[in-house]
Amino acid sequence: MTQQEALFKYLLRWGDNALILSHRLSEWCSYAPFIEEDLALTNFALDMIGRAQALLKYAGEVEGKGNTEDLLAYRRSERQYYNNLLMEQPNGDFGVTMVRQLFISAFEKDLFTELQNSRDTTLAAIAAKTLKEVRYHLEHAANWVIRLGNGTDESHERVQKAVNDLWMFTGELFEMDEVDRQLLSDGIAVDISRMQERWTGYINDVLQVATLQKPQDEFMQTGSRNGIHTEHLGHLLSEMQYLQRAYPDAQW
Amino acid sequence: MENIATTPKDEQRLAKFEEWVQSGEAIEPRDWMPEAYRKHLIRQISQHAHSEVIGMQPEGNWVTRAPSLRAKQILLAKIQDEGGHGLYLYSAAETLGITRDEMIEQLHAGKAKYSNIFNYPTLNWADIGAIGWLVDGAAIVNQVSLQRTSFAPYSRAMVRICKEESFHQRQGYEIMAKMMAGTEAQREMAQDAMNRWWWPSLMMFGPHDGDSPHSADAFRWKIKRQTNDELRQKFIDKTVPQAELIGLTVPDPDMKWNEEKQSYDHGRINWEEFYRVINGHGPCNKQRMDHHKKVHADGAWVREAAEAYRAKMK
Ligand SMILES: [Fe+2]
Ligand SMILES: [Fe+2]
Repeated sequence: MTQQEALFKYLLRWGDNALILSHRLSEWCSYAPFIEEDLALTNFALDMIGRAQALLKYAGEVEGKGNTEDLLAYRRSERQYYNNLLMEQPNGDFGVTMVRQLFISAFEKDLFTELQNSRDTTLAAIAAKTLKEVRYHLEHAANWVIRLGNGTDESHERVQKAVNDLWMFTGELFEMDEVDRQLLSDGIAVDISRMQERWTGYINDVLQVATLQKPQDEFMQTGSRNGIHTEHLGHLLSEMQYLQRAYPDAQW
Repeated sequence: MENIATTPKDEQRLAKFEEWVQSGEAIEPRDWMPEAYRKHLIRQISQHAHSEVIGMQPEGNWVTRAPSLRAKQILLAKIQDEGGHGLYLYSAAETLGITRDEMIEQLHAGKAKYSNIFNYPTLNWADIGAIGWLVDGAAIVNQVSLQRTSFAPYSRAMVRICKEESFHQRQGYEIMAKMMAGTEAQREMAQDAMNRWWWPSLMMFGPHDGDSPHSADAFRWKIKRQTNDELRQKFIDKTVPQAELIGLTVPDPDMKWNEEKQSYDHGRINWEEFYRVINGHGPCNKQRMDHHKKVHADGAWVREAAEAYRAKMK
């Protein structure tokens, strides 16, 4: 693998994470428990669309085949997507969405903190801008998980179930492959496997304040590094890509 | 008229109120106001707030199918603005002594209405352009006029909201222009959207002046400043040239320029359809209301949990 190929894949990963999660969050539009929260979830989606645009645009430039951010977002198939499985998991109820956000934002906070120092200056600049947004997403999600955990019996039960159901998708966030290793030695990528301990510590703290149990099952799903996804991604893409696929000659 | 001018003191207050309004002064929430004025405003402002919120549904219908990242960003941001408008307006209505929960209850009970336009479906991507251009375009004409309405919180909300609505209108027009400059399939979608949204947009201004209920008080109290027909004419005169510029046909064979009055004459509006939809038999009335009720009910456990947590933390 050349460095160019490795960087292309690396950028797709983070670009796809932002793209797919932004899509899930945008599904909340007009469905949230009250308007203020509808606006907050839309805001998160907008932050992530901006991040996806920046990362996929740069990925297209690195690839050098004339792909724009839109072509990369709207014309690839499931097997060419590299987002973590957690991103594509359905919204479920509000508790599922907030737990998913907590797990992801806690990971992204460490990821983008370190990527700010990447030797790739474009990536470092995107990371710096993203970090401000991610801090806010994390605070919002953690506060909700704590509120729901301590709220009513029903909310406690629902949010505990969300933690249990999503837990098996968290291990994958910290997986590394040859793409990481190659770029790590160049000072472009960061060592995400080292971040897992801190992440676990932070999540334990939040769960404790929320009076929730950390799941005991250690089984973890995997696949996204090789473009193997859950069944959900195909449906998400067929909806998202509908107009671009049905009218390939049209400009929008 | 009810509940007003029952004692000499009230009569005196009422006379003072009427005089104050006639001189063009604004009314603040702490000022004395006749009950009928308060009721009229609660009805109008809550209807306006509900319209902003229900309007999120037809546009939200295309969020997950928006054809580019930029298109999705613009659409999501627009819908977010509309939700924000709903919030300011609920707050403006709350200054009159009603809560948001009560307003939502009235909506669900069918006692409060929302704009009829949102009882129509969004069937292709150009509908998103048509809503921004025509529906927000019509709303602006109405809201610019309301910037001078006599109740100050409502007037302030309109000033703030109008700035954003004109963005929406331009962005909607941009979608239509882009599609009209695109492939044949895109031009067909754009014209189809135009055909479906034109007449309902004209109906947004309400019945002809002679058939409009509530309007006498609203004019005397300077809540309403221009008639439905005046506002509708303004919208038509502004919009027809925009349609022509990008090659869209206005679906009204009787639409023509009247040299003498320096504005357009238009064909007959189908008021039978208007009243049918207002009375519940539009394409999406049931769907919009069911959606709002279901989302409200599905979110109850979250609101209850937040409330319980707040109580525990005290
Ligand atoms: Fe609005
Ligand atoms: Fe608007």
